[in-house]
Amino acid sequence: MTDLVLTTFLKMAFILAVIIGLVPVLIWAERKGSAFIQDRTGPNRAGIAGIRLAGLIHPIADVLKLLFKEDVRPAGVHRVLYALAPFLVFFVSLLTYAVIPFGDYLEVGGRRIPLVVADLDVGILYVLAIASLGTYGIVMGGWASNNKYTFLGAVRSTSQMISYEISMGLALMGLLLVSQSLRLTDVVAGQGVLLWGFLPRWGVVIQPLGAILFMTAAFAETNRNPFDLPEGESELVSGYHLEYSSMKFALFFMAEYTNLVVASALIATLYFGGWNLPWLPRAVIEARAGVLLPLLLSAHVAICALAAALYLRRASRERGRFGDGRDREPGLMAGVCVLLGQAGIAALALRPWEIGPAGASLLATALQVGAFVGKVVFFCWFFIWVRWTLPRFRYDQLMHLGWKVMLPLALANLVVTAVVAAFV
Amino acid sequence: MNGKVHGYGGRMTLGERLYLGEILRGLGITIRHVIRNLLHTGEMPTVQYPEERRAYSERFRGRHRLMKREDGTPRCVACMMCSTACPADCIHIVAEEHSDPAIEKAPASFEIDLLRCVYCGLCEEACPCDAIRMDTGIYDLAADRREKFLVDKEFLLNNTTDGTR
Repeated sequence: MTDLVLTTFLKMAFILAVIIGLVPVLIWAERKGSAFIQDRTGPNRAGIAGIRLAGLIHPIADVLKLLFKEDVRPAGVHRVLYALAPFLVFFVSLLTYAVIPFGDYLEVGGRRIPLVVADLDVGILYVLAIASLGTYGIVMGGWASNNKYTFLGAVRSTSQMISYEISMGLALMGLLLVSQSLRLTDVVAGQGVLLWGFLPRWGVVIQPLGAILFMTAAFAETNRNPFDLPEGESELVSGYHLEYSSMKFALFFMAEYTNLVVASALIATLYFGGWNLPWLPRAVIEARAGVLLPLLLSAHVAICALAAALYLRRASRERGRFGDGRDREPGLMAGVCVLLGQAGIAALALRPWEIGPAGASLLATALQVGAFVGKVVFFCWFFIWVRWTLPRFRYDQLMHLGWKVMLPLALANLVVTAVVAAFV
Repeated sequence: MNGKVHGYGGRMTLGERLYLGEILRGLGITIRHVIRNLLHTGEMPTVQYPEERRAYSERFRGRHRLMKREDGTPRCVACMMCSTACPADCIHIVAEEHSDPAIEKAPASFEIDLLRCVYCGLCEEACPCDAIRMDTGIYDLAADRREKFLVDKEFLLNNTTDGTR
């Protein structure tokens, strides 16, 4: 029992660390990615003793600024709901994570620990229920702020959520007919096999229309561009969180990115194989661990060497460009890359090709968790990428797309899937 | 050109109305920019401003300066041509007698309100003895009080400092 509590807490800590750690990275990726898409350089100023990490220090400065800012509470707000809303939004955005499996199992001392916090048998229903709860925080915040713009943002958020929740649920039902289980671990495990011997049986392969509908609905549910009308700056200033300042605003801001991570994790789990590596099932990884690990380590060393060479080239090109600590950065980064590469070489010297079965199991788990995190990071980038590519929908276009296009398509997808599932 | 008009008034084809293909095309365009900028960060048009500065033309009108004679006194003869020409009314001169009898007048004070100045250059065109010039190339004027933008004769004669006082 204590074991169960301990491992559950450890898993929760891991998930929290990954999500909270991803938030500043995503803010950085959003700023840097949008800058590069628009041919700008993006954040590159904030630094600690000249170490700027291409702008990664900026989120730290932002957080410090928000922590020390005055928490202004405008006159006429509903005190309790106004204070509660940002916490609710952030809390709900983290809740979904309980049922998302981030790996198969971890074998420690002969015991197998499943890498999911709560393996609910109604996992997908839970996800949908929690997803719609997220709107409550936004509505509370928008209404309690006693401001017409925040109120309009909240109203838009609700109607958008209602419109797209239906298509989302219907798209998911098609997937359920295929996976025949609401349990997310079953859904992921069902995607680990090959279709016709060469295609991974991922959700996106057997439910392509469902995948597109789900991803579109996920964009709407996370209030991201092209569906970010609740915070449409052009008409609502900044929407539902207009009246918030300091860390309350930061919570709304962080919730947006944790929602992004959750939506990416859901897309990866439901439609892109979750923690499954395509063509590399666990048994193969464990059997070939003696080959895979040295290969991975060699690739690590090669990447480190390449990065070090690039940093050295930059160091020689930009010698004395700024005339302060920033000039040392490329050289220092090259040194860090060399050190990392040496760690890889040291690991290679430990004869990794003679890895035992316990190590092989550990390697398989690490690779699967890595695959899951990699997929999540890719979809997070996809969200950012789409945001800086597409213009925002007009409100009637949003409703038109939700009710007249996506709903019939989701219904058709469900009917076709049901017919195929019944007769095949 | 087949004369098809995109956007207003033009009819979109079925492929365009399906939207997904066009989204993918847009994503392709943006990722091309990202990759190009990742590989050639140094070639971005952005100027890293305080460290790097854009080269301006020789004729760029920056902050004013007052020229000196060989003996170090100001060339200005306090004729008021510049303050008369000034459309922003930002030059204030108080004249006094010059110690040299060959020269009629000299400025007792010569003040320019840099916040009023519109940098039109009419003062340097009006000046009969080339005493005021706008060729310093200084354009980043910053101060924490308005009074600091009211620069005097000594400041304008001293051409070595940057910015305002």
